[in-house]
Amino acid sequence: MISTMECAADAQSLISISLMKIHNSRTQRGGIKLHKNLLVSYVLRNARQVYIKEKYAEIYRMQQYEEVMTVCNEIQELNPLDLDAEDAEDEEQARSACCSAEESLCGAACHRGAAQPVAHARTASALFGCSPLEDGSKEPDPCYYRSCCMEPSPVSHCDQFTANSNMHCNKTTVLDLDTHVVTTVENGYLHQDCCCDALQCGQGAQSPARKRKVEFGCCVSDVEDVSDFTAARKRAKREDCCYSNLDYTDTSNISNLISIFGSGFSGLLSRQSDLEQICSKQVLASLGAWTRAIVAF
Amino acid sequence: MAGPGGDMQWCFSQVKGAIDDDVAEADIISTVEFNHTGELLATGDKGGRVVIFQQEIENKNLPQFRSEYNVYSTFQSHEPEFDYLKSLEIEEKINKIRWLPQKNAAQFLLSTNDKTIKLWKISERDKRPEGYNLKEEDGRYKDPNSITSLRVPVLIPMDLMVEASPRRVFANAHTYHINSISVNSDEETYLSADDLRINLWNLEITDRSFNIVDIKPANMEELTEVITAAEFHPHQCNTFVYSSSKGTIRLCDMRASALCDKQSKLFEEPEDPSNRSFFSEIISSISDVKFSHNGRYMMTRDYLSVKIWDLNMENRPVETYQVHEYLRSKLCSLYENDCIFDKFECCWNGNDSVVMTGSYNNFFRMFDRGQRRDVTLEASRENSKPMQVLKPRKVCAGGKRKKDEISVDSLDFNKKILHTAWHPQDNIIAVATTNNLYIFQDKVN
Repeated sequence: MISTMECAADAQSLISISLMKIHNSRTQRGGIKLHKNLLVSYVLRNARQVYIKEKYAEIYRMQQYEEVMTVCNEIQELNPLDLDAEDAEDEEQARSACCSAEESLCGAACHRGAAQPVAHARTASALFGCSPLEDGSKEPDPCYYRSCCMEPSPVSHCDQFTANSNMHCNKTTVLDLDTHVVTTVENGYLHQDCCCDALQCGQGAQSPARKRKVEFGCCVSDVEDVSDFTAARKRAKREDCCYSNLDYTDTSNISNLISIFGSGFSGLLSRQSDLEQICSKQVLASLGAWTRAIVAF
Repeated sequence: MAGPGGDMQWCFSQVKGAIDDDVAEADIISTVEFNHTGELLATGDKGGRVVIFQQEIENKNLPQFRSEYNVYSTFQSHEPEFDYLKSLEIEEKINKIRWLPQKNAAQFLLSTNDKTIKLWKISERDKRPEGYNLKEEDGRYKDPNSITSLRVPVLIPMDLMVEASPRRVFANAHTYHINSISVNSDEETYLSADDLRINLWNLEITDRSFNIVDIKPANMEELTEVITAAEFHPHQCNTFVYSSSKGTIRLCDMRASALCDKQSKLFEEPEDPSNRSFFSEIISSISDVKFSHNGRYMMTRDYLSVKIWDLNMENRPVETYQVHEYLRSKLCSLYENDCIFDKFECCWNGNDSVVMTGSYNNFFRMFDRGQRRDVTLEASRENSKPMQVLKPRKVCAGGKRKKDEISVDSLDFNKKILHTAWHPQDNIIAVATTNNLYIFQDKVN
C-alpha cells in the first residue's frame, strides 16, 4: 500500500518525471545507467499502480447508478449469481480467491450514486457484472473492481478488470456497450467474440450515439519481442473524452504509457526506441488528447 | 589509538582544492582512500586524475600537526574513451581507488573507471645517474670515435621525483558499469563488480578473469535488482560480500563453488510497511558496504541510514543509525532533482568503534557505537582556520527552529559529502565535498 500522503495527482507527475528521466538518460554521458533506470522503473510502477487505482475509483464515482443497475438487471436474467460488494481491503483476497476459483464469478460493481448523465459515461467498454442488489437503491460500500479469471465462455458473461496490475489473471473480457461486442484480451492478444445477443436488451441504457473507440493496453510481460509489442500498440486507438471535471492536462497518453510499462522492468530496455517515439511525439507533443488504456490484468 | 572515549572534538587541519565557487566538472572528487599505513591519501576525480597526498613525516611526532598532508603525486589515470561498437562514450571518472599492501619501496594502487581497471606503481626517485660513456649530459649520443676512456656512471642525489607508471591494464571484462574493486587479503587477487557481474582477477594476469557472480537474468525484462557494491573479507580470502539495489547483502564463499550465484548467507531486513512510499525501492538500495577491520561486522549505507550487521545474524542489523531522517518527507523533491540517487559511502575508524558517513549541506555524521552518541559536523571554508574546533551542527526537522539550528528547507542539496575516509590507525579523517578535500584531526589537549 502506498502511503496515503502520496495522492493520485502526484502519481501523474511522478510518471511524467520518471519518463523524462528515462528519456534523458539515453543521451547522458557514459551510457545508460542500469541501476538508476531500474530504480526509476520502480517509481514508475508504484505511481502507475496508484494512478490506475485512483482513476478507476474516479470512474466509479462518476458512473450513473441507474445505468449500471439497468445493465445489471439485464445481466441478472442471464447469469443469476450471488454477488457481494467488496472493500478494497478484500481486493487482494478476492483476487487470489478469484484466480483459484473454479466457478465463474462476477465481482460486484457498485458505486456511489452520482447522478451523471449517461452521456458522460467514460468507462471504455467496461461492463460490470452486478449483484442482484436487493434494495437496488443504494450501495454504501466503496466501489472497487475485482478481477476475475474465467474460462473464456463465449458469450453471456462479463468480467471486470482490476485496478491493480495482477500477475495472476491474464484474461480480461469486456463488453462494448455501443457495439455489443464482447472482446477478450488474453496475454496481450485480442480476441473478438461474437456479439452477445442476450445483452441486446441492455440497449436502452446504452451510451449515447457518441462513438467511442476503444484502446487496449497490452500485457507486455508476455510479449517477447518488439514486433508483438508494435502490433499491440497498433491496436491502441485514441479516444476522445468529454470529462470536464477531470484535469489531466499534462498527462496525455499516461494511460497508454502505463500499459506499456506493464510490470517490473518490462518495456524499458527492449523498448527504448518505442519509448523515445512515444515520449517525444505523443507525451510531449500532444496535449489534451485522451487515451484510455485497459490494463489487461 | 589516540582519543578518549568521551566527547571527541574535531579540528580543522587542511583543505585541498580550488577556492572559487565555480566548480569545474573535472575537479569533482569521486573517491577518497587512505593506504594501509595512513601515510598516503589518494583521491580520484571526474576528470580521470589521481592525486596522492603524503603525510608530512617530520610532523608525525608532533601531535597537533600530524595531519598535514602535501601533494605527493598527480597523474592522469584514465582518459575518456569511445566504444564504437555500442556508440557509447566511456567516462574517465575514477569510481574507486584501492591500495595494495606495500611489499617493497614502491606503492601500488588500483584505480578504475566504468570499464577498465589499472594497476599503478608509484615510486620515488631521488638519485640520477651521471657520467654515461655513450651519452652527453643532455642525452645526445656521442660520436663513438671520440670515446677514449671508460668510466663507471655514478648516482648523484637529485630532488625527489615521484613517478606513477601503469603496470597493468585490466580491460574488456565488464559489460556494465564497474562500481567496486576490492583487493583480497591474499594480496594476489582482487575482485571487480559491475551492475550484474563480479569478476575475480589475478594481479599479474590481465588477459583473463574469472566470473564468480552473475545475476543477469536470461530475459533482461525480468531484471529486478543490480549489484551496487562488493568487498572481500579483510582476513578470509575465500569470503566476499555484495550488496544489491533491493537492500540485500549476500555473503559468498568461493570454496563452495566456482560460480557464487548461490549465496552462503543472505542479509536482509524486512521492510517496515508503514513506511511504504513511491520511493521505497530507491531508498532501500544499498550504496556502500564495508567490512569492519576485525572482520566480524559489516556496515551498509542506504539513502537514509547506516546499518551495522553481525556476520552471524542474517535477519536484521544489530545497529541502525539514521543519517538524515528529516529527508523522508522530502523524497518527492529529492527524486525530482535526482538527489535521491546520490550514492553515499561510509567508513569505519581504526578500532571499529565509530562509523562515519556524509550528508547534504556539506554535513557529515559520526556515530559512536559504544557511546551511543552521534554528531553532525560541517566541512566549510568558514570553519577553516587552522586547528579550529568544529562545532556540532543540528538540523531542525520541524516546529520551532532553535538558535544555531538549520531548517531542512535551508539545506543546500548541491553541497553533498559522498566520500569520506578514516585513517586506519589514527583519528585523522578526510572528507570530500564537491571539489575540495578537507582533512580534520581530533583535538589534542
